[in-house]
Amino acid sequence: MFSYCTDPSTLEGFSWLSCYLTTGKHMGFYASFLTVIVLLLITAPVALMFGFAGAAAARSRFLPLSLLGKTYTAIVRGVPDIAFFMFFVIALDQAFEYLRHKVKCPDWSEPIRQGSDFVVCTQAKLPLSTSPQWMHEAYGFSLAVLTFAIVFGAFAANVLYGAMRAVPRAQLETAEAYGMNQRQTFWRILVPQMWIYALPGLSNLWMILVKATPLLFLLGVEDIVYWAKELGGLKTARFTEYPHGNWHAIYFFALLVFYLMLTSISERVFKRISRRLSHGQATAAGEAQRKAAQ
Amino acid sequence: MSCLQTVQDYALRSLGIGERLLPREDFTLCEQVTLIGSGMIWNIYFGLIAIVFGFFAATGMALAKNSQNAWLRKPAEFFIYVFRGSPLFIQMFFAYAVFVVLKQSFPFFAPFTSAWLGATLVLFLNTTAYTAEIFYGALQSIPKGDLEAADAYGITGRTRFTRIVWPSMLRLAWPAYTNEAIFLFHATALVFFSGFPVWAQRGDALYYASYFADKTFNPFIPYPILAGFFILLTLVVITIFGTIGKRLNRHLPQAVIRRPGFMRTMMR
Repeated sequence: MFSYCTDPSTLEGFSWLSCYLTTGKHMGFYASFLTVIVLLLITAPVALMFGFAGAAAARSRFLPLSLLGKTYTAIVRGVPDIAFFMFFVIALDQAFEYLRHKVKCPDWSEPIRQGSDFVVCTQAKLPLSTSPQWMHEAYGFSLAVLTFAIVFGAFAANVLYGAMRAVPRAQLETAEAYGMNQRQTFWRILVPQMWIYALPGLSNLWMILVKATPLLFLLGVEDIVYWAKELGGLKTARFTEYPHGNWHAIYFFALLVFYLMLTSISERVFKRISRRLSHGQATAAGEAQRKAAQ
Repeated sequence: MSCLQTVQDYALRSLGIGERLLPREDFTLCEQVTLIGSGMIWNIYFGLIAIVFGFFAATGMALAKNSQNAWLRKPAEFFIYVFRGSPLFIQMFFAYAVFVVLKQSFPFFAPFTSAWLGATLVLFLNTTAYTAEIFYGALQSIPKGDLEAADAYGITGRTRFTRIVWPSMLRLAWPAYTNEAIFLFHATALVFFSGFPVWAQRGDALYYASYFADKTFNPFIPYPILAGFFILLTLVVITIFGTIGKRLNRHLPQAVIRRPGFMRTMMR
């Protein structure tokens, strides 16, 4: 990157380090931190939506729907999330290809599962083999997002289900007394009030989500763990201009610090949001704010 | 090959006992269930050791965090912050990398680079931090009256801790601690995917499940089997912890309302 970096073998100390840390591969490493942040920012709202749907389904008076909602949360909570990640990445991919295969090649006669192969017609491949490299990466990433959303949606459903039940019953009865129907009660009374009860659970969930992002590595996305493994390994002078020993410990220490910072910042933000949401609520925290303002 | 034969060959495969070669093709359901179940031995081993040792370490750590002495409190706070604030996955990678470096200068650290010791140590430290935070919260919410009553009766020192503080702390922490135990058992599935090498294909349940999924390219059989095993394990954990929890709460007024028997109502 810098002009003096043309022959790294002559460099020493700080100037060597400045060149080493600005190689193209390191730029990829820095960019992968953005991948993590992007994943978090996309996954959180999508998972919240899944969770909301799950919680609303579990509350439903229509039995099959409520059973569906409850089974969804129970199964995902009973099984390690890593197992889900490894399952969904293949399963979703095959499910999509299978559906496209059924639509695009209706007169295909051979079986799709041939021994240990999964064969669909070329037009049904996802992404198409002709599509550029970035499409493949984007597809892998969106599969990862969907997987995260499904798993964390179940956790969120559990939290939101609890929060919906925590809203004082009297509030809902009052709404009914004013002649609101079920839908109105749900959207105008229940949903606006449930967030303060959901917040401790959701903030906890966000922390778990942050701490689950390194699992992206297992989904085949080139994330920070991938780069740390790649860059930290032993490098001999034969293959690189910057030979060094096994630096895995240093790289993983950097990741550790990154995550500590991320969780610390999140904690501070959540404290602030909690203070904001407590405002005017019939809870102890809301009451304390009211007293302090007087 | 009959299923019984498969069980004999592979039930203890994860410990290196039995058939050396894993099945290579035409996997039967029996083979998959047996091998994945065999891998569960590792998950149970990791979880059990970490929980048992972590329980006592966490009690000490929670007391240290609750202490007035800053020399005890600050390190405990820092320990809990580091292990709760970073992903277990990264902790595993980092620990493994450190052990590998240490091994080069001190042969003493050689066993730490294998999962049975190294990963167990990381899981132990991790669960200690999470449990200590739970126990610390419980210590903070011990009813004031209990402590005042202890003071009034002249119960002090060690007796005060073992008879009053500790049982109350456990009772209050128990539901959250049950959750932590479940999560810990789930976390054991990470071990062989986070740096620690699998030696001679003696892996845990997830290792064998992913082995089958890779070979057959069909995730719909091995992973549900794995899920079944883990749900079973979770149920066992809930049952054991529930029994202990009931015992911890047995002195409290129970919520069950005793209705007069059928005959007594009739006689009245």
